[in-house]
Amino acid sequence: MNQCCGFFVLKKYAALVALSMAILLCVPVSAGAQKTAGDQLTGKLVITGASTLAPLIAEIGKRFESLHPAVRIDVQSGGSSRGVADARQGLADIGMVSRAMKEDERDLSAFPVARDGVCPILHHENPVQALADEQVVAIYTGKITNWKTVGGADAPITVVNKAEGRSTLEVFLHYFKLKNVDVRAQVVIGENEQGVKTVAGNRNAIGYVSIGTAEYDAAHGVPIKLLPIGGVAASTESVAKGIFPLSRPLHLVTRASPSGLAKDFIEYAQSKAVHDLIRQQYFVPLAD
Amino acid sequence: MVKTLERNLDGWELLTSTLVWSAAVLVTAIFCWLLGDILWHGINHLSWTFLTAPPQNAGREGGIGPIIVSTVLILGVCLGVSLPIGVGTAILLAEFTMDDSLFGRLTRRSLDVLSGVPSIVFGLFGNAFFSKTLGLGFSILSGGLTLSCMVLPILIRSTEEGFRSVPTGYRLSATALGLSRTSTLVHLLLPAAVPGLLVGLVLGVGRAIAETAALMFTSGYVDRVPESLLDSGRALSIHIFDLSMNVPGGDAHAYASALVLVALLLAINGTASWLSEHWLHRKIVPI
Amino acid sequence: MISSGSNTLSRWPTDRLLLWLLRGIATIAGAIVLLIMVFLVMEAGPALRHVGVARFFTDPSWHPAEGFYNLTPMLWGTLFAMVGSVLIATPLGILSAVFCRYYAPPAVARIYRKLIELLAGIPSVVYGFWGLVVLVPLIGAIHPPGPSLLTGIVIVAIMILPTIALMADASLTNVPQQYMRGAVALGLSRGATIRRVVFPAAKSGLFTGVILETGRAIGETMAILMVCGNVVQTPHSLFDPIRTLTANIALEMAYALGDHRAALFVSGLVLMAMIAALVAAADWISHGRIYG
Repeated sequence: MNQCCGFFVLKKYAALVALSMAILLCVPVSAGAQKTAGDQLTGKLVITGASTLAPLIAEIGKRFESLHPAVRIDVQSGGSSRGVADARQGLADIGMVSRAMKEDERDLSAFPVARDGVCPILHHENPVQALADEQVVAIYTGKITNWKTVGGADAPITVVNKAEGRSTLEVFLHYFKLKNVDVRAQVVIGENEQGVKTVAGNRNAIGYVSIGTAEYDAAHGVPIKLLPIGGVAASTESVAKGIFPLSRPLHLVTRASPSGLAKDFIEYAQSKAVHDLIRQQYFVPLAD
Repeated sequence: MVKTLERNLDGWELLTSTLVWSAAVLVTAIFCWLLGDILWHGINHLSWTFLTAPPQNAGREGGIGPIIVSTVLILGVCLGVSLPIGVGTAILLAEFTMDDSLFGRLTRRSLDVLSGVPSIVFGLFGNAFFSKTLGLGFSILSGGLTLSCMVLPILIRSTEEGFRSVPTGYRLSATALGLSRTSTLVHLLLPAAVPGLLVGLVLGVGRAIAETAALMFTSGYVDRVPESLLDSGRALSIHIFDLSMNVPGGDAHAYASALVLVALLLAINGTASWLSEHWLHRKIVPI
Repeated sequence: MISSGSNTLSRWPTDRLLLWLLRGIATIAGAIVLLIMVFLVMEAGPALRHVGVARFFTDPSWHPAEGFYNLTPMLWGTLFAMVGSVLIATPLGILSAVFCRYYAPPAVARIYRKLIELLAGIPSVVYGFWGLVVLVPLIGAIHPPGPSLLTGIVIVAIMILPTIALMADASLTNVPQQYMRGAVALGLSRGATIRRVVFPAAKSGLFTGVILETGRAIGETMAILMVCGNVVQTPHSLFDPIRTLTANIALEMAYALGDHRAALFVSGLVLMAMIAALVAAADWISHGRIYG
């Protein structure tokens, strides 16, 4: 009996090891991006970057895949800076960046695919209807701390700011000529929806998010409202007309001039065929 | 089970009883609130289509079929790697090491520290080691291996507790009968220590399924059915995070996905309990 | 240790093979932590060299864009959140286990245990989401802004409760039957049995549970990210928003480059140091006898 027990233990472990090796060896090696003759696209694209853009590019990718069944488009999140870094280092074929390109990013080729805006949001029941630019600056730097100073109820203002490094923050600070060190916030959020939910749950909160996100939520019953900036109403319409002051382009970037599958995909993403997808995600397609 | 004497008229007894019952009621109330919330918001969107169809419109429509597949695969890799290592280490620590041996102490301390490492640090480690150094990239394998690192300490600890609870009498009898240590282990101790193992398994699986931060950097965001273990696949917890925090209007499906996750967990726990009751029918009679 | 000496009935040296196999496996398990430490130190290196250890505690604030890397407010945030949540969850968890074992009718106990096991598996995202949508407005109504240290403590306490409850339950099960019979024979009441007989006997398991849950509390990331407010400041009241070290890493990791990224790894090292201190304290308190 001892013999078979010894055998049994050994066999059990050997079987496990064999199984694990079998699983690992069954895994096919992934091919690089390539274009074969006869216009049959194959290959895989890795796209990383802004979380704002990720759902849109994932949807465009899916439609592209349905047109070219041998292609795989893998979209990962991580932030605009990640998109830039990965594109530079070749860790991703394409990067997603949800803001205008900076001076030191001229080495990358940037292709705008849509436009978006950033606007302040308030709770639906907040009596304040509009804020002048100076008032927004004063609120965010902590100089105005009560709503009654700007015509609202007698309640302390809860300032919601975005975490450092987010494109939405950079766009906001750039327009209002602020530095992040000067901002006095009570809540710091990471993603757009977190900001929306924070403001929706607090009658005295003010925050700022992407117009697409805010418009969608407001239209679907979330108790927030969008504030105009500089007298221009905040909506995808005004961004489309180009009159909204706080708007930002959404880019796909590559290290050098793109070729092959990457080029085809970028061209597809910039084409009219995906304008409905862009509108579905509440962004603004580029006028041509 | 031996029942204790119940002298409910005693003052201290009444106090203790009240304390214990109110704690239980409080805990039940909080959890019913939480689960009820998920159930209330998610049940309307559950359907067979939801469970099998791929996500559409950034997850707001369609279903979570590929995501369930990815989650199960990641769990499989995690358990497949951590069970042998975990049980092996627990056996070593409980049966083959003196309590104050250097090897035993070092291993235990390092496992204690491992159990406290934050999930985000695991995410960083997994990303740099499994994804970059070992070249696995964003894949189910990276995610599963990272999770197995996280689950290991819990599994080892509970299994060890299970082994320690086996009375010394068993081991003495086995030696008296001339059984080898391997036989004693396989036929006597393992079955008796299975409850501890199962607790560790349940806790570990619970922790693995619930992980978000670690998986975000290792198994990725792609919501397609993975074709192999080296493919990127979105786990259920990441999907819930994306739907609730990044996709406007994704709340409804986030709740429904959370409900599916809870149901998956119930299924796993139920299987573990059933296995422990029926599979090990060679039960050891308690002394 | 009981040893059966030589294995005379088998041709294979199964015992020796098993021993070496197990030693190999355990070395892998033990080496993982070393690997993580090595990796963290390597990545944190640039910050430690360029910024210097002292500045991580003396800079005016945490603003990496301006080159300020003070970790202290976030350290306090982590500590307070951990202590608060453990203080709440431990008694509730242990009492839950006692309830399950000794006070509840068997059917209720089964359902209760299933409930707790279920809760161990709910993702922190779901807790965070629920906290953001339900708890934060509730606490905000009591005292603005809502996302705060208190919310974080409550959410983390709820999250770590199943850990301590399940571990306590398992260790209460392991209390030998003879002890219980002896207590009944002596005429001890239920409460006295639990306090004087069961708890001392289950000490090691309970201690294990507390350590596990404290570790979990220190490491909680996603839920805290959603409900604590993430403002870098030392909290002066329960209603102040805080940022923990873990939430900080999660928020900034994807965007950090160069010294900033290395600084985040330094905060990872600080977290590991806290865990190591926790383990050392546990060891000292129990004089190494928690496994005995």
